[in-house]
Amino acid sequence: MEKFGVANSQKYDVYASRLMPREEFFTSGHRSCQGCGEALAVRWVCKAIGKDAIIAHATGCMEIVSSGFPQTAWMHPWIHVAFENTAAVASGIETALRILQRKGKLGTPPKVVAMGGDGATTDIGLQALSGAMERFHNFTYVCWDNEAYMNTGIQRSSSTPFGAMTTTSPPGKQSIGQSTWKKNMVAIAVAHGIPYVATASPSYPFDLYFKVKKAIETPGPAYIHILSVCPTGWRSATDLSVRLGRLAAETAVFPLYEVVEGRYRITIEVPKIRPIKDYLKPQGRFRHLREPEVNFIQQQILERYELLLKKCEAPYPEFPSLTPPEEGI
Amino acid sequence: MGHREGMEVSIAVSHAVQLARAEAIAAYPITPQTHIVEHLSGMVANGDLEAEFINVESEHSAMSACIGMSATGARTYTATSSQGLALMHEILFIASALRLPIVMTVANRALSGPLSIWNDHSDIMAAKDIGWIQIFVENGQEAFDHTIMAFKIAENSNVLIPTIINMDGFILTHVVEAHNFVDQDMVDAFLPGYHPRHTLDPKYPVTMGAFAMPEIYTEVKMKHQVTLMNSYEHIVKVWQEWGDRTGRRYQPVERYKTEGAKTLLLTMGCLGEVAEIAVDELRAAGEAVGLVKLRLWRPFPFADLRQALAGADLVIVCDRALSPGGAAPPVLAELRSAFYPLSSRPQMLGFIVGLGGRDVSPENFKDILKRAQEESSHGPTQEFYLYGVRG
Ligand SMILES: Cc1ncc(C[n+]2csc(CCOP(=O)(O)OP(=O)(O)O)c2C)c(N)n1
Ligand code: SF4
Ligand SMILES: [Mg+2]
Repeated sequence: MEKFGVANSQKYDVYASRLMPREEFFTSGHRSCQGCGEALAVRWVCKAIGKDAIIAHATGCMEIVSSGFPQTAWMHPWIHVAFENTAAVASGIETALRILQRKGKLGTPPKVVAMGGDGATTDIGLQALSGAMERFHNFTYVCWDNEAYMNTGIQRSSSTPFGAMTTTSPPGKQSIGQSTWKKNMVAIAVAHGIPYVATASPSYPFDLYFKVKKAIETPGPAYIHILSVCPTGWRSATDLSVRLGRLAAETAVFPLYEVVEGRYRITIEVPKIRPIKDYLKPQGRFRHLREPEVNFIQQQILERYELLLKKCEAPYPEFPSLTPPEEGI
Repeated sequence: MGHREGMEVSIAVSHAVQLARAEAIAAYPITPQTHIVEHLSGMVANGDLEAEFINVESEHSAMSACIGMSATGARTYTATSSQGLALMHEILFIASALRLPIVMTVANRALSGPLSIWNDHSDIMAAKDIGWIQIFVENGQEAFDHTIMAFKIAENSNVLIPTIINMDGFILTHVVEAHNFVDQDMVDAFLPGYHPRHTLDPKYPVTMGAFAMPEIYTEVKMKHQVTLMNSYEHIVKVWQEWGDRTGRRYQPVERYKTEGAKTLLLTMGCLGEVAEIAVDELRAAGEAVGLVKLRLWRPFPFADLRQALAGADLVIVCDRALSPGGAAPPVLAELRSAFYPLSSRPQMLGFIVGLGGRDVSPENFKDILKRAQEESSHGPTQEFYLYGVRG
């Protein structure tokens, strides 16, 4: 697998598709909207984590479209408890597996994966996630970031980008829409000193696939932040979802990178950054923006991207090595 | 078998959890629950209890983690109090709906505000409808015994309902009492390991926590209600078996000197022992008064209560919580409701006592009895009485 590692995967795109598991763990028949990027992300993540895993999922679009009793789209053992506590539920699962294994009631424990939307992750569930990362549970947390509370009807979250129209950040005579900058959840995860953090997008499925594989193989907590195009909430054409994901990377709005033991690395290089207009234009949620605002966003995006590149060049990691001494402490 | 030893009740409870071989604990500190979880942490740290203890970052996460642990198949315990129980509130309903046999001690304490760390029942009464089995204990021995029994009740495959043991904060949690301990062999024989039928297991994948459309929600709730009511017989059976093994017998409703009593006090939790003193003194003075103690709060023991209160003309229900703006304090409200359909029923008057840690003495109970009898004779002047309130 290593020679098809993340860096190489793009070069081998043409072969990589043949390496992908055919088995579906997030099955068809669920009720997501046409062109849902989040459902696409779920499908790829579930392929990457493989059969031997337990999933805890937060309330949100992906839970609602997939689990109306008596039906389910999930082939994994799967539990939904509430909106803001998925990381805590996963903590419990991971802890129980550990004690059951120690007591000889269980062989090799399965992987534990927690999943939630941007609202579940960056807002209401941030405390539970912070606690779980700090306690260093051996689990992977995946955030489906469609940049708003879509399940409840497109309300703004702290992950909604500057300028975007949502039902609770409407543009008006005294508002340009969302007035705050998108919360940097990746940096927050990195600041917990966890061994693996990455951004991903289903528009780059092999990059996503190998990152998830890496995350679940990493002992300790891992965090993956996945940009998930939502045509319903973004007011975009349903056949543009994959395209918009690529544009997000190509305009540096959503760079694809990973942070391994505190060291940043871009995984999808963008030789020439495209103008932000290309990304904003196909989305109705940005339609009200005028040129000065677009220019402001353009400048902010580039500044932030420069800072990210600097982090990638940094000669030192964000935090000291996590590897414990061989003899114990 | 067993030995007798004096210790703080909280420590005895932690030993009960140890004897029950709890495997997974997630808890967050809050006075007056702290001593229980501190001692459990110590046992895990020293290898005296083969378990995992998660120091979660909130009670909301404590209950959420407990759900994860129990759903994975580990015997799960937690403890909390007051604000902690309130913070868990949302998740408590889901734990019971998922039918996970978590056992929790609630060290009863007043809810803010104003902030009060002291004892009353406002925390658990705000959570009476969470769909858990709820038991009140009166002294250290009961706290110890019921903690072990709770696991056996909750885990019964015909029950599978999480269970709360309520013990009064400070008044019970922080006193030193003599406890009759039981030994590990006895507990192992009484309480076998936990082997749930459905867990989160990749070999037999299941979906837990699916949402319900209107076509099925009512049926799910009905099933929960029926199972909770039917848990009564299993609870009584478990208590019976414990009684056979230890000689300590427990009833859903306990009676104290009720024979021939025309006036009855009704209490929950450790006020029972205080009320006993008042009843003893009044009986000695020739008054026909008695005491009924409600141990099993959920499922509500209709038949036992109707039997226990049958001969009385006046029942004085002592609540330790207020239902602001409501028809009656919580216990009185339920008792009146349970007796209303009967053709003959005692008069019921409600006295709210001991809010936010205010002391309740045997003298207070005597005073309450006197006042209640007066009120009864000329017809009640109030819907209920906030006993001893100034101003
Ligand atoms: C405590 C609580 N508050 C609010 C809600 C209502 N609610 C359910 S899903 C949701 C939004 C989900 O947004 P996100 O996490 O971004 O997921 P998405 O639906 O966008 O995939 C909200 C606000 C809830 N279920 N629980
Ligand atoms: S609202 Fe958006 S995220 Fe939710 S199912 Fe529809 S497309 Fe997917
Ligand atoms: Mg969202």
